[in-house]
Amino acid sequence: MDVQAWTFVLVAFTFALYIAVAIWSRAKSTGEFYVAGKHVSPFANGMATAADWMSAASFISMAGIIAFKGMDGSVYLMGWTGGYVLLALLLAPYLRKFGKFTVPDFIGDRYGSQLARIVAVVCAIFISFTYIAGQMRGVGVVFSRFLEVDITVGVVIGMGLVFFYAVLGGMKGITYTQVVQYCVLIIAYTIPAFFLAFMVTGNPIPQIAVGSTDELGIGLIAKLDGMLTDLGFSTYTGYNQSMLNVVCITGALMLGTAGLPHVIIRFFTVKRVKDARTSAGWALLFIAILYTTAPAIAIFARTNMLSTVPGVAYDKAPSWVHTWEESGLITWEDHNSDGIIDYSSTEMNELNIDRDIMVLANPEIAGLPDWVVALVAAGGLAAALSTAAGLLLVISSAVSHDLAKRVLMPEISEKSELKLARVAAAVAVVCAGLLGIWPPDYVAAVVAFAFGLAAASFFPAILMGIFWKRFNAAGAIAGMIVGIVSTGSYIIYFKFMGGDQADLFLGISPEGIGTIGMLLNFAVSIPIALFTKPPSEEIQLMVKDIRLPEAISS
Amino acid sequence: MHNMSAESYWKFNITFIISLLAIWAFVSFGCGILLAPWLDQFTLLGTEYPLGFWFAQQGSIYTFVLLIWIYVFVMNKVDEQFQDSTKSNSEELD
Repeated sequence: MDVQAWTFVLVAFTFALYIAVAIWSRAKSTGEFYVAGKHVSPFANGMATAADWMSAASFISMAGIIAFKGMDGSVYLMGWTGGYVLLALLLAPYLRKFGKFTVPDFIGDRYGSQLARIVAVVCAIFISFTYIAGQMRGVGVVFSRFLEVDITVGVVIGMGLVFFYAVLGGMKGITYTQVVQYCVLIIAYTIPAFFLAFMVTGNPIPQIAVGSTDELGIGLIAKLDGMLTDLGFSTYTGYNQSMLNVVCITGALMLGTAGLPHVIIRFFTVKRVKDARTSAGWALLFIAILYTTAPAIAIFARTNMLSTVPGVAYDKAPSWVHTWEESGLITWEDHNSDGIIDYSSTEMNELNIDRDIMVLANPEIAGLPDWVVALVAAGGLAAALSTAAGLLLVISSAVSHDLAKRVLMPEISEKSELKLARVAAAVAVVCAGLLGIWPPDYVAAVVAFAFGLAAASFFPAILMGIFWKRFNAAGAIAGMIVGIVSTGSYIIYFKFMGGDQADLFLGISPEGIGTIGMLLNFAVSIPIALFTKPPSEEIQLMVKDIRLPEAISS
Repeated sequence: MHNMSAESYWKFNITFIISLLAIWAFVSFGCGILLAPWLDQFTLLGTEYPLGFWFAQQGSIYTFVLLIWIYVFVMNKVDEQFQDSTKSNSEELD
């Protein structure tokens, strides 16, 4: 069988598996649709959270970004894992004790304000849509590269599948398919990495292999630094931007991670407070397997590329260069017509490599068997689909539960609410698919938006709601609005309106502004809360209650 | 901790969270970012990893996992103690 046949078989097999799981775990009530009936085991929830969290970008693009950015790429590694510490310690157990369905539920009830609830709903929907467009696009891209179908066809197939299990199964269906998807994606990610590490160093564990030496006793990392400086690039192991900016970006990604509704909502699905904590432990462990493998792959891939391609005659270049040239992801222009591939940091450079191929082409670069290449395709699809499904659920519950049930028509019966939730999920799938087929060109820029807004709005509002009893609606709403407006306008100005980089506030890039947005939020919300009336007795009692573990029924 | 009140439970929780977050900030913002250039003059014991680089791309993540699990084990235990003491209190009242 060739690569394409293998890909077809593996993708068809995993899709059949997802459908089987979805049929087995249909949702029958709103409780099952929104939070899987709160019966998910912490171990399963950990896997589902990991799959939910690791998107097409984590799977396909992250290692490549790090390979080209080196140390500067560390912000993603620390930011997207460190946020889980905040989640586990500061948010998850208390939100589980609060015990409702969604993030706007908490904001609305804690601050006793419909306005706060609506602000939260709008944020949740906006954040989720910006994210989901990228996922559907990812599905289309994997399909088109590995199965040679049109991107649109790929997106439509992905839509059909997600439609099936998200609309039918709700959170319950999503959770158990995510468990399977985690297994698929982590196997697909680590197997090529084992092969690669073993081939380069003789040690199959990538995380350890990177720290080893070659036959001459030179460290792998030192060798890479040497090769880069020889070509005129800066070193791999040093930061190339201001420390303040690195701190702010890492902070914004951490705070944003902890404030993203599709992640928070996963902690509502377990039985008890202690299970919420334990789930966070499993989730980060499962995430860490991929997040510590990625930087190792990055180093192998960059080293391999630098030692096989630059200075080689074009017709002697490794075959993967030609394969990926066909798809337009590698381009070579022979400026000085000498037939040799020149690669450097100057304008003499002739080679452009799309960073996404670092993961996708790795098995091919390492000469791994066809089934491993096919596995990577199945893994990329699993990563994209699982994240898309989690986001869809946030959108659907924001519409049917937070907006319809809690604001517009509180009298709605459970049966109609469930029907509405399914309709909302269906509409959201279609919108997401359309965004995937015709992606707005600002998709990548918009991710900064999602994290920045979550960091500057949700995170502080939830944190203060738990840890400061005296904090009230006036403070929370003012804080969220200041956070959103300051962060949002900064990102819009510098990302979409062509703001001059020289005008950046203290040199902080738009990716890192969420940290400042959060500080502004606190600076405004705390004084306002102090000068306005404390929340009602009832709400203060509720806060007291969510801080304590549940009583054991005897 | 016998006969734990809601106040002492919460106080312990806060102190514990702050100590864990101090380590969290130290390994990431400290070792992985601000101190990384200085730490890079050393290598991780027994490997060729520059130490600051290791913290930024590996070490901080391992520490995060460890911190959450420490929190899980300790707090789940403390929860039980708290629940036991509230239960025995209410039994005494009966």
